[in-house]
Amino acid sequence: MGRRARNKQGAPPSFEEIQTAKEKRALKKRKRLDSSKASESPKKPKAAKKDKKPRKKEETSETQGTDETEFPADLPEVDYDELSREKKSLFEDSEDDDKEDDEDDNVKVGTLDDFDAEQKEQIDDDVDEYDSEEENRAKPAFSDEEDAGDELEMEKINASNMEKYSELLDRRAEEERLEAEEELVEGAIEQPRPKILPPPGTEEEDNPQNHDITFVRTRMLEIVKVLEKFNELGEEGRSRSEYVDRLIKDICEYYGYTPFLAEKLFDLFTPSEAMEFFEANEVHRPITIRTNTLRTRRRDLAQALVNRGVNLQPIGKWTKVGLQIFDSQVPIGATPEYLAGHYILQAASSFLPVMALDPHENERILDMAAAPGGKTTYIAAMMKNTGCVFANDSNKARTKALVANIHRLGCKNVIVCNYDAREFPKVIGGFDRVLLDAPCSGTGVISKDASVKTSRTPKDFMNIPHLQKQLLLSAIDSVNAHSKEGGVITYSTCSVTVDEDECVVDYALRKRPNVKLVDTGLAIGKEGFTSYRGKIPQKSFTNKKVLPTCL
Amino acid sequence: MTEEETKVVFEKLANYIGRNITFMVNNPDDPHVFRLQKDRVYYVKANVAKLATSIARKHLISLGICLGKFTKHGKFKLHITALPYLAKYAKYKVWIKENGEMPFLYGNHVLKAHVGKMSEDIPEHAGVIVFSMKDIPLGFGVSSKSTLEAKNLTPTGIVALRQADIGEYLREEDTLFT
Repeated sequence: MGRRARNKQGAPPSFEEIQTAKEKRALKKRKRLDSSKASESPKKPKAAKKDKKPRKKEETSETQGTDETEFPADLPEVDYDELSREKKSLFEDSEDDDKEDDEDDNVKVGTLDDFDAEQKEQIDDDVDEYDSEEENRAKPAFSDEEDAGDELEMEKINASNMEKYSELLDRRAEEERLEAEEELVEGAIEQPRPKILPPPGTEEEDNPQNHDITFVRTRMLEIVKVLEKFNELGEEGRSRSEYVDRLIKDICEYYGYTPFLAEKLFDLFTPSEAMEFFEANEVHRPITIRTNTLRTRRRDLAQALVNRGVNLQPIGKWTKVGLQIFDSQVPIGATPEYLAGHYILQAASSFLPVMALDPHENERILDMAAAPGGKTTYIAAMMKNTGCVFANDSNKARTKALVANIHRLGCKNVIVCNYDAREFPKVIGGFDRVLLDAPCSGTGVISKDASVKTSRTPKDFMNIPHLQKQLLLSAIDSVNAHSKEGGVITYSTCSVTVDEDECVVDYALRKRPNVKLVDTGLAIGKEGFTSYRGKIPQKSFTNKKVLPTCL
Repeated sequence: MTEEETKVVFEKLANYIGRNITFMVNNPDDPHVFRLQKDRVYYVKANVAKLATSIARKHLISLGICLGKFTKHGKFKLHITALPYLAKYAKYKVWIKENGEMPFLYGNHVLKAHVGKMSEDIPEHAGVIVFSMKDIPLGFGVSSKSTLEAKNLTPTGIVALRQADIGEYLREEDTLFT
């Protein structure tokens, strides 16, 4: 019964309809029961039903490939029982009904379920038959699609039907494997050129196909496949740009981006990377915390939190202070350890700029846009409360959280000030290191704040880089070139666009020719772009870019 | 800070750390200074304070650790942010059991039933620092009874009156750090 469709479509409309339909059926059923009550005891069907529940679930999930009827995802399980019980009485004589209709699938189970064991076996046979039939039918479907379906199906597993599920899954996996092998063999022989794009002239926006989510998704995947090997798979007489246009339109439709932003982001990657990027933006980032080494050690903190019922694990080899939280019985932001400043909730990606900055003890460091203080406190911790950290933020309201975090984590060497960061170095200069975590469009953290998808306009991508360039120049002017390590500036954003990253750095390099790029020394991440759409920076970039999919 | 203000602050601190206050005031290895910014008193390393002079008062939000603030009546109120220093030099301590941690962090006084152990010689109405059994400082307050008298209290009797606890980082976030 279209389980896939059910999961994909945000708000299935048919809940009320089903409710009313159910009521009607219930009425009919009552009438029927009145007439034929003599033979049936009312308790029995329920008991029989319980045995059947897992099987029925299996069956319903089997039918997913073909029919599109929608059932509300939040329909409680009891309703299934009720529904089929009602249907049972309704369709008592219609055993031979067409199997295409999924309601009838339920009915079939219901009707056959005639309260005695012999009949039960018959159903088993029936179900098996159905399974094989379903497999046959599913074959022409694309393998990607089936995989996606299976994953969703997995989510529905619960303790009651686990065993049967695993059996079934094993069987299906086996079959799928065989199928895939066959496909591979076939694929080697001939490469069909699939017709994915709608015929020219039919691309009006009101085409209903364009609004069918599952269809759009399939088409996106297909287009990406074609774009990867355009010479082999491209349809005759259609240009590459037609495919790209269609894909971008589909992305806007499916993920809800503005066409402008979708195109901007799409141009950054290869098609398959772009799809990964868009997919990753839909997934929530894991909760991560950073140990405050001023107050405790990671092992002690992990032990204390495990005792409070928190399920955690180190983030990765590249950091010695990060912990990833899987689930927790207590609020992570209100444990006594949190209040005592033993850790701070901080995204793993924001460790990286500080690690790249690599502050040393007894240095003077400036954090130009510090709030809410995750990176500032990390800097102070790395310096073991020696030297001096200037934490600046232009927004006075945000400095409150900054001060709170600094005090909670016990950073004693921090001065908090409230300037427009462009006023540096007039206020004070001569820093050993400067961290500029620039304000940005946030295209790298769409999973955190989805409003970016629609709120960003072309104008933002003019204004923000302009501000960033000014900030970076004043950051460069604020460092002391004669300090021990020559003055280090780390420029970081939570944006992925070239205008906000590479172009800004390139601009600064041209304006301040005595500045050169250095390696960040980070173990993860990708090299930045060295050429993009004809703009070729003067030097090759050795700074690294970390995409959200990496973390 | 004026002479008078300094006196008020020191008296308050001496309540909790007694003679140890000399370590805070004259520590030749690691010189610290007290700075008054608006109505708040900050305790900060001398070299950091020197650098902070280049920041205009108007734009300076905080430096080092905030100890507390002066009320409009000229009294001095210690803030929870002073806890690291108070805990370091504390004179009288009370440790509370795990089951008492949460009630205390929600702003309740320390009850007899929750006390795991306490310093032997606490007099009545002296400043005490509250720790968890794992030696994490949780807050501070004033003893309501001396150690000897507290032994005879009923389980629901109050041993120490809470003045500040680290739960305030969440509860008082808006007023504490303006």
